[in-house]
Amino acid sequence: MKAKTFPHGVHPPEVKELTAEKALERMPAPEKVVIPLLQHFGKPAKPLVQKGDEVLLGQKIGEADGLFSASVHSSVSGKVLSVDSHIHPGGNPAPAVTIANDGQDSPFPVKKDVKDPFSLTPDEIREKVREAGVVGLGGAAFPTAVKLSPPKDKPIDTLIINGCECEPLLTSDYRLMLEAPDDVLKGSVLARMATGAEHLIVGIEDNKKKAFALFQEKIREYKGEAVLLKTKYPEGAEKNLIYAILRREVPRGGLPFDVGVVVQNVGTAKAIWEAAKEGKPLYERALTVSGQAISEPKNLIVRIGTSFQDVTEFCGGLKEEGNILVMGGPMMGLAQWSLDVPVIKGTSGILAWAVREPGPEYPCIRCSRCIEHCPMVLAPTQLAKYTRFNKLEEAEKWGILDCVECGSCQYICPSNILLVHWIRLGKNKILSLRQKKSS
Amino acid sequence: MTEKMLITQSSPHFRDKDSVPKIMYAVVISLAPAVFASLYFFRLRALLLLLCCVAACLATEAIFLRLRKKPLQALLDGSAIITGLLLAMTLPPSLPLDMAVIGAVIAIAIGKQVFGGLGYNIFNPALVGRAFLQTAFPVAMTTWIPPLTKTINTATYATPLGDLKFQDAVAQGTLAPLKDLFFGNTGGCLGETSALALIIGGLFLLSRRVIDWRIPLGIILSLSVFTGIFWLANPVKYASPLFHLLAGGLLLGAFFMATDMVTSPITPLGTWVYALGIGIVIGLVRLFGGFPEGVMYSILFMNTFVPLLNRHTRPRILGERRAQ
Repeated sequence: MKAKTFPHGVHPPEVKELTAEKALERMPAPEKVVIPLLQHFGKPAKPLVQKGDEVLLGQKIGEADGLFSASVHSSVSGKVLSVDSHIHPGGNPAPAVTIANDGQDSPFPVKKDVKDPFSLTPDEIREKVREAGVVGLGGAAFPTAVKLSPPKDKPIDTLIINGCECEPLLTSDYRLMLEAPDDVLKGSVLARMATGAEHLIVGIEDNKKKAFALFQEKIREYKGEAVLLKTKYPEGAEKNLIYAILRREVPRGGLPFDVGVVVQNVGTAKAIWEAAKEGKPLYERALTVSGQAISEPKNLIVRIGTSFQDVTEFCGGLKEEGNILVMGGPMMGLAQWSLDVPVIKGTSGILAWAVREPGPEYPCIRCSRCIEHCPMVLAPTQLAKYTRFNKLEEAEKWGILDCVECGSCQYICPSNILLVHWIRLGKNKILSLRQKKSS
Repeated sequence: MTEKMLITQSSPHFRDKDSVPKIMYAVVISLAPAVFASLYFFRLRALLLLLCCVAACLATEAIFLRLRKKPLQALLDGSAIITGLLLAMTLPPSLPLDMAVIGAVIAIAIGKQVFGGLGYNIFNPALVGRAFLQTAFPVAMTTWIPPLTKTINTATYATPLGDLKFQDAVAQGTLAPLKDLFFGNTGGCLGETSALALIIGGLFLLSRRVIDWRIPLGIILSLSVFTGIFWLANPVKYASPLFHLLAGGLLLGAFFMATDMVTSPITPLGTWVYALGIGIVIGLVRLFGGFPEGVMYSILFMNTFVPLLNRHTRPRILGERRAQ
């Protein structure tokens, strides 16, 4: 079978061997968790608890504020120590609920639903997913219930389950596919039901042959199809994945809905299943702790709100030579300045290694490698230059808002130019100008 | 690892190992076969010209970096060495060394540094230097000696393209044999005579993806088609496309000059227009112009269009509707 792919992209070193063969391990709940009320794309949840309250495992402590928001739940049972601002892996401090763990894990009583999950209606599935606070676990943390609600005028024919895990080092999705394939597939079937899609396709990169073989066999039972994809970054970027599998182009500024597709990550599919089957809220997630500066790299299931300090200590601590700590993958992840930040729903990995002193920045020599590798077919060097000289209209004409910030251009740039940084700056400038105009 | 040591930087956190100096030195290495060929055919003359050009380019670059208060480290990026080597490659072996030095100074000073140095120049610096010499010293720049491998007892010699233009060599049947053009056993500029050496270097650059394959391909295609039409119409008067590809500076220009990243377009469509344009202008000059050879002027001519081409050939963004 020939692996499918999209044009352009890059081949960063994979470094997955550090953890690929390490089974998911459940990390014991820490003594204290800090659960931010903003862990998703959209508005922060409204707090439901106060200092001094007793909470149970899985109890809702923050209510979704509108459609583009998600509820958050306690990941331990114990006492609320505070509800106030706390540092956040996203960079800006955010309101958070700090809970002292009583070590009991006393569960919050869930209404026993006798109904077979597969007999649920689309609305019931969405409701259960929304109640459980499920968001996209690939990293962007978009509220899943919204993604499962295609507009009436946009019929969905295909549900794609994203098993690419194209970021280097990360292997927790791979482990989920190997260790819980049925949960992933059952959740996928529910997502297919909710979106009204006919086809179910799971896309897996060809560096995960074992997972692909397993899914190819298992998926027949669920009337779906496993598709082998080339190992290339960013194969798992939504628009590129859709193009690779279906040869459909999501229109500029549009959503997968516009071409009849919904994409969900494998971890999200599993969370959908757990929400529908047992009403289990999203209070823990699988993630990879890896990198040359982590003493014992592992794949873990970690309670939301566990500090990076606790997680890295559980993995034998950080080695002296490390100088960078990243949440997510090395291509799109966020560098952290403190180990006090908590694991959130979007934490797909905690990585630490030693970055080399970056070489000097040279002028752009117009080599056009950034253009040849941009998965969106943009011209990053032009976008960076237009931003530098504040020519925002030009930057917009050249598609700066289409940039997904995957980092391929900066990865490949022989001049060490901070292309993504400049492009982000340009996007921010344009969007804030727009906001000013409309207000 | 302590928190104080944590680096906070914008993603991506991985970088490819390739760098500007690595690209530049790959070009230097790719010129090695042509340099050896020039040393073999022109011996000491070649060595002296090469050394003078490279030294003068480096010195000029150093002076300008100093004047512009830029770190002298930029001297090590390899770009000035390339300009020196390429300029030497385009000079007649008999050119007096002081002229070569003047060409090198002009190449770096006017061709590169006045625009702002590496990355900002519009024209290929080596060709700017050569164009200056051609205008300033027209006789010295068109006086040729036979390669030292030929046992001919003449002080001067004509290039195959000169024979074609001024001696009606096709009709006379005195056109240089293709075999000589291929191996380099003929008259011409230092680095242009041996097609074989240039092809080896060019393939190396293509395999390392240092140069855009569209440029040599586009030039070779358009020149072949252009000269092929005339050759087919009147083979008694016009030379074959193969002759045109192997003669003169075509391969040197197509693989090493036109492919200069800084002075060629950044978009695929722009690159095609640029490359095809160069081939056609070369054909026009060689067949109908006043000079026997047109590679240098064609590349400089198309260099002027690069900003315009970039501006109007933005690639189609993923998901963008095709022109309605």
